[in-house]
Amino acid sequence: MSTDNERERDEEAARLPDRMGEERLAAPIKRTGMFGTGTSGDTSGFGLLQVRGSAPVSSQRPFTDPDDPRTADFDRVADDLEAALGDSAGAVERVEVSHGEITFHVLREALPELARVLRDDPALRYELCLGVTGVHFPDREGRELHAVYQFRSITHNSEIRVTTTCPDTDRHIPSIVAVYPTNDWHEREAWDFFGIVFDGHPALTRIQMPDDWHGHPQRKDYPLGGIPVEYRGATVPPPDQRRSYT
Amino acid sequence: MTVTEDYIDASGGDWDDVIEKAQATSAERLVVNMGPQHPSTHGVLRLILTLDGETCTEARVAIGYLHTGIEKNMEFRTWTQGTTFVTRMDYLTPLFNETAYCLAVEKLLGVEDRIPDRASVIRVMMMELNRMASHFVAMATFGMELGATTVMTNGFREREMILDVFELVTGLRMNHAYVRPGGVAQDLPPGAVGKVRELLKEMPERIKVMRKLLDENPVYLARTKDVAYLNLPGCMALGVTGPLLRASGLAYDLRKAKPYCGYEGYEFDVPVSDGGDVYARYRVRIAEMEESLKIIEQCLDKLAPGPVMIEDAKIGWPAKLALGPDGMGNSPDHIAHIMSSSMEALIHHFKLVTEGFRVPAGQAYTAVESAKGELGCYAVSDGGTRPYRVHFRDPSFTHLQAVAAMCEGGTVADVIAAVASIDPVMGGVDR
Repeated sequence: MSTDNERERDEEAARLPDRMGEERLAAPIKRTGMFGTGTSGDTSGFGLLQVRGSAPVSSQRPFTDPDDPRTADFDRVADDLEAALGDSAGAVERVEVSHGEITFHVLREALPELARVLRDDPALRYELCLGVTGVHFPDREGRELHAVYQFRSITHNSEIRVTTTCPDTDRHIPSIVAVYPTNDWHEREAWDFFGIVFDGHPALTRIQMPDDWHGHPQRKDYPLGGIPVEYRGATVPPPDQRRSYT
Repeated sequence: MTVTEDYIDASGGDWDDVIEKAQATSAERLVVNMGPQHPSTHGVLRLILTLDGETCTEARVAIGYLHTGIEKNMEFRTWTQGTTFVTRMDYLTPLFNETAYCLAVEKLLGVEDRIPDRASVIRVMMMELNRMASHFVAMATFGMELGATTVMTNGFREREMILDVFELVTGLRMNHAYVRPGGVAQDLPPGAVGKVRELLKEMPERIKVMRKLLDENPVYLARTKDVAYLNLPGCMALGVTGPLLRASGLAYDLRKAKPYCGYEGYEFDVPVSDGGDVYARYRVRIAEMEESLKIIEQCLDKLAPGPVMIEDAKIGWPAKLALGPDGMGNSPDHIAHIMSSSMEALIHHFKLVTEGFRVPAGQAYTAVESAKGELGCYAVSDGGTRPYRVHFRDPSFTHLQAVAAMCEGGTVADVIAAVASIDPVMGGVDR
């Protein structure tokens, strides 16, 4: 009983405004100034304005919002997934509910087991995997590379997203091709574009870029490329060097 | 050309040499490179076939010859400019690409409920017209690849009627960039509804002609029945959706299962067949076109006057287009307004057009039932005026993985039929 009270108190403390303020200030700065561009002077007086990015969302139960029909089965899915995973339920680091979608952030080690459970457990039955894609967040230390999977259950007409991460220094994520053969090309594409090595993939080779290509083009540290174009005396710089607004 | 005791690798070189070598050695298997430049591979698809006589024992698919980096490029343009890129992915289903993308952006913006009804109805109408156009090309190219040029000319002729409507409404036959975040680029021009009605009157007859030509045609049946079979478990494992899935006996359609753009308000059936072969896929496609006609008819009834762009000055595209003597172009009225009568309108136009709007940080996945299958768009925003990452789950990309399952063990002629029945468009596959 006392531990329950303690936990409640901790949760209460976590929601206090000063704690939230600390979190806010710890988030990376996304934009400075009023207009989001640094190529011209800012005379607005808002030049010192700092806009910070958002901290990772961690949703708390209940995941189902009675006012949003899109979230109707989220609690059921979360319960069933927890039950099906059994001892390895701790692999789900956090759950994110936003825009009427549910995302399970899981540890990469648990991915093959999770995929098998998602496909085979009668309560879940996610028959279709809609592939995997990468996202590169260079400023999220230790979890720079994300692999995002989308699953669809035709039996229960339900859709979930599973996200796992790996550090840039150890770009390995287990392959789930053995469970979802459709992920064969999707994993090859994620390897090609992001350099994520899917361990256990039957033939992890480049798919879109030529075999002898260097680098992984969708990473943020890979330049877009392009040349300036001259037209009637004026020069238009390549897209990544034009004035931009953040 | 490599010749071993086991096989002859006929990649490049003169056919006469290959035949000579084949006669001289005891090797029985021939490795043939089909594509990437081959008339029957729907663009630059490369198939590496291992043939044992007429039998294809191994089929491998190589893609990437049309990779244009659309997803990467989009990270360097505003959210609105993204539509100009996505429309060029699967160039036979441009309006599906645009809608999938715009639905994702609208989801991130949290404005799904504020999209004007008229815009949604126009989107549905354009998508269904696009579905028919895409299916006509699927049948036409299929016919051509099997040597039936009448099917080809008929298919492209009927498609032209639809493209005429597209040209009138969007100004372009392809690459429209018509669907925009928040609505559509402009309202239907005068005469568009009449033109669609004309099409609705004419099209059932045209489809009937197509059916008469193909439904019971013995040559067509011989080339398509029991060819390139893929059953339902195979479809599920390989992530196959759309007409291919419905031709394997599962009536799964996102328009019914996860309605978007108000599809729940339309009455239509989901055609299904349990043949699982090329012929079943054709039957599903042609029946889908008839259903599309029903939906378009309901769209015209639903079209009520109103805005076609979200009434939110922070998001809604300010520029207007108008129909001029040389087609759709800049609206002289709008230009006169911003250039000579309202400074505020000019600033507003300038801000939204050059800077764009900011999209709150987050991630969203939206999917539409494109003519080819489930077309998904996964968009990530970091709160800026440009996408942080956009990824498209193109149905053709996923479906091409099924080529091996469909072809191995069949004859080499059936490989053509199998690939054509998938109806891949390399622009979408490679993006």
